[in-house]
Order: sequence, then structure tokens, then C-alpha cells
Amino acid sequence: MLDFLSQTIFSPIAAFLLPSSWQPYAVYTLEIIVKIFAILIPVLLTVAYLPYAERKIIGYIQNRIGPNRVGFFGYKLVGLGQPIADAVKLIFKEIIIPNGANRTLFIMAPILSVAPSLAAWAVIPFNDTLVLADINAGLLYVIALTSLAVYGIIIAGWASNSKYAFLGAMRSVAQIVAYEIAMGFALVGVLIAAGSLNLGEIVRAQNGWFIHWFWLPLFPLLCVYFISGVAETNRAPFDVAEGESEIVAGFHVEYGGMAFSVFFMAEYANMIIVAFMASLLFFGGWLSPFQGIPIIGAPSVFWLLAKTSFFLLLFLWFRATFPRYRYDQIMRLGWKVFIPITIVWIVVAAVLVVLEVPPWFN
Amino acid sequence: MVELVVFYFFGAVLVISASMVVTIRNPVFAALFLVLCFFSSAAIWLLMQAEFLAIALVLVYVGAVMVLFLFVVMMLDINIARIREGFVRFLPFGVIVALLMLIAISLIVGSGYFEMKMPAAPASAVSGYSNTTELGKALFSNYLYPFEVAGVILLVAIIAAISLTMRKPRSSKAQQPSLQVKVKKGERLKVLHVKAEPKQDQGG
Repeated sequence: MLDFLSQTIFSPIAAFLLPSSWQPYAVYTLEIIVKIFAILIPVLLTVAYLPYAERKIIGYIQNRIGPNRVGFFGYKLVGLGQPIADAVKLIFKEIIIPNGANRTLFIMAPILSVAPSLAAWAVIPFNDTLVLADINAGLLYVIALTSLAVYGIIIAGWASNSKYAFLGAMRSVAQIVAYEIAMGFALVGVLIAAGSLNLGEIVRAQNGWFIHWFWLPLFPLLCVYFISGVAETNRAPFDVAEGESEIVAGFHVEYGGMAFSVFFMAEYANMIIVAFMASLLFFGGWLSPFQGIPIIGAPSVFWLLAKTSFFLLLFLWFRATFPRYRYDQIMRLGWKVFIPITIVWIVVAAVLVVLEVPPWFN
Repeated sequence: MVELVVFYFFGAVLVISASMVVTIRNPVFAALFLVLCFFSSAAIWLLMQAEFLAIALVLVYVGAVMVLFLFVVMMLDINIARIREGFVRFLPFGVIVALLMLIAISLIVGSGYFEMKMPAAPASAVSGYSNTTELGKALFSNYLYPFEVAGVILLVAIIAAISLTMRKPRSSKAQQPSLQVKVKKGERLKVLHVKAEPKQDQGG
């Protein structure tokens, strides 16, 4: 498909417009842009429909129906038109910039929060060969980019020039800094087990069926990683940065319209990243849980998507189940519980690898 | 060719943002320009095929250190007008100190002890080269002792930082969830058996 595009469309255009020494670069750049669109359009569609799924699932958990009115062409279609109606509403709303706000940073903050969560998709592999940038330090790249998401929040909090927004930003920064350490340590355990920082290599190191994946030997790290992921994305029960009941809406209290919805998109894109990473690092990525059985045992991108959907369901389930943590309890959990657990389990993982314990490390 | 363009682009961004860090008045913007500065130097390191160092720079300095910096700078209410008040009065002292430092630096750099030989550019890495692996091998073989010493110094710094913040005895009463959970009904609740008295007539 891509070869066809580049041979029939990009190459002739480049040959027509540019000197011959520049043509390969131009064709290469165009190919990469096509690949970026091929990854980001499904991601953004998921980002649009995840809030719909959230409202539906939490609705059913609470014995309600959820959105069921907006459809297409007069058919209600269980409310499937809701995300599109919401998007249209948000796009046509006025973006209000408060009087005392710092204009430049106020506009920049949502962009800074969504950019890293989209850029992280560059290194995510979808199957053995399907990856945009197959770099050696892929895992490190994803950690670095998720740690950048905090800038959008902190800048939004400061630029709004509002007490609620600033309180939300401060809470969020302290929380993200605390949980980033636990998250990083949990991933150290994974890379000890896999012996590589490349995401594709990590999945290949888990080759086998359900029992061979890293979730079993690294189970505490999986728990720590996923809970830290929930905390890093500021999702319930760790959503004190928004904290409707005490600080209204936290860091994005002054934002409206599209500027607010960009924050919203960043949050959901980050959730999808965390779910993808959990299924790649601990649940064998595209490997089948029934490896060895014909047809359903074949590795496929659909397994990866199914695992990701499961983790996304957990995000929504948490939100419907748990009350919000108190702030000091969040800090206590991050610093005094998760970090010691991860450090102990890094040692355990290293021992398992050195002793070549079957069936994972032989 | 393309690499050269990219290098000069990030080099220019690096120099401009570094000079903005010291010249811009708003300290929050200064901290953000420092972030941009780290970013462009990370990009230049990436061009030199040092991907581990480049991403570690972003992770450690941009993702952690600068967040805390920005956090502190945002909490300060800095009055820029008052800082600039004594500019003319202190200018002569500033100029003298700057001249002294200029003389000192030129004495060292011009003395011949500091001769910089331009090292030859290393050969481009072969495919399959992993910067992370090479770095790990070097750290845990040739430089194991300095690496361990640096680790111990960092550990001491962590302990020092924790002990500095804990210098006074705790005055606030904190809840301990682990104790709260273990509480049994019998420790808190006492059921008194009060002997029932015969009902007395309400007076009159």
C-alpha cells in the first residue's frame, strides 16, 4: 500500500518539483507523514469514542443507560453520535482568556500537554514489523515523553492566574513526580527481564503462551506500573488535580471550548498509551494467549488491541468503583509503598534472570 | 547535508534560548527557555548517535529537575521593578568584578596549559550499534569504581536531604491507616448492661 503510494504519487511529484539530490529525502518525508496519519487517525478516533465508552460503561455499572439520544440521520444508534456532537459543540464555543492570564502560556499549555502524548506513538510497535520508529531506546523514549505531560498542567495552572488552577497544578506536579519514580523503577524490572530497551525486543522476549509472559514473574511490578499509570494520567481515584468537590476543576478551571477539549484529548491519549504499554511490557503485546493452537494461536495486532481494551476497561472500572484518595494518602502510597516494593522486586527479577528460572528466563 | 541543516537549526535554537535564559525578565519564562535549551542539546546529542544520553537528558533534566525548578519559581512573587532599582548604583562594582573575571579567565585559557586539540570526528557507527549497551559495558567494566563512588555520593545526598526536612519532631497528628484498619470492635465499643429499673409513677 505504502510502496504503491510512494511510487505512483510521491516520486513523480518530487521529480517534478525538486532537484534530484533532494528527491529521496522528500519521498521519505512524505512516506513518514503518511505513516504518522495512519497511526494518529485511529488514535484520535479512539480518543473521541473512549469518553462515550466511559459514559456507557459507568452508566451500566451504576444501573443507568448513559448517552443514548444522539445518532445519525434520525436513527438513535445507542447514542453513537454523541462524541461527534460534543466535538462540534466544543469547536464552536468561544475560547475565553481571563484578564489576568498570561496569554502566550495560556494558549501554549494545552498544546504542550497533548504533544507528548501523541509523539509517544512513534515508537509503539503494533506487531513484529509494524512500527514507525524502531529505535533502541524505545522504552526510555516513552518514559521521557510521559514525564513531559506535566508541563502542560503546570503551565496551565500558572498562566490562568487563578488560585484553584494553581492549587490543581501544584497537586498534579507533586503527584506526577512521586509516581514517575515508581513507574520508572517498575520498568527497570521489565528491562532486566527482557534485556533490552527496544519495545519489540521486550515483546519477543516474552515469546510463548499466557504463562510465559512477564505478568507472572513481575506481578508486583505490573500492579505498581498500572496504578502509577492511573496516577500519572490524573484519573480517578487519583484525580485530585481536578478535584471537582474542593477545587472546582483544578488546572483547567479557566479553560473552555477547544482549549479545554485539547486537555481532555491529552488525558485520554495518555490513558491509551498506558494501556498499550501495560499490554506490551507485561502481557506479551501481539502474542496470542493460545500459542501452539492453530488459527487462534497466531500472533496478531488484534490480540494487542484486545489486551489494550481490557486495560482501558480497568481505567473506567476504577473510576466507577473507588472514591477519590485523600491527598496525603496518595503521597504516602507513592513514596512509602510503591518505591520500596519496586526496589525489592527489581532484586527478585535480577535473581530470577541470573538463575535462569524456567519457563521465562531459560 | 540534511544532518547539517538539522544541526544548525538546533544549534541556533540552543544559543538563542540559552541567551534568553539570562536576559528575559520573567523568571518563569527563563525557566521555560532553559527547558527549550535542554531539548535542543538533546536533539544535538541524538544527531551524534548518543540516543541513551539524549533521552536521559530529557528524562532527568526536563522531566524532573526543571519541573521542580518551575514549581519553585512559580511560587515566588518576584517584583521585577524592585530588582532593577539599584542597577545604576551597583553597575561600577559589577563592571569591576566582570573585568577581574575576564582577566582571570584569559590568563588561564591563554596560558598554554589549556590547549585544546580538536579531536577527529569518530567514525559513523555500524548498523546494530547500541549506544545503551556500549555505555553499560563501559560503566560496569572500565569505570566501575568511579560509578560506585558516584552512587554512594548520591545516596548520601538523598539521606542528607531527607534528614534536613525531618529536623524537628513531628507536632502534627497523622493518621496511620494500618493501625486504623486493625482496630476491632471490642477496643472501641463498650456495651454497658444497665439494670432495668421499675417504672416510677410520673409525679402527681
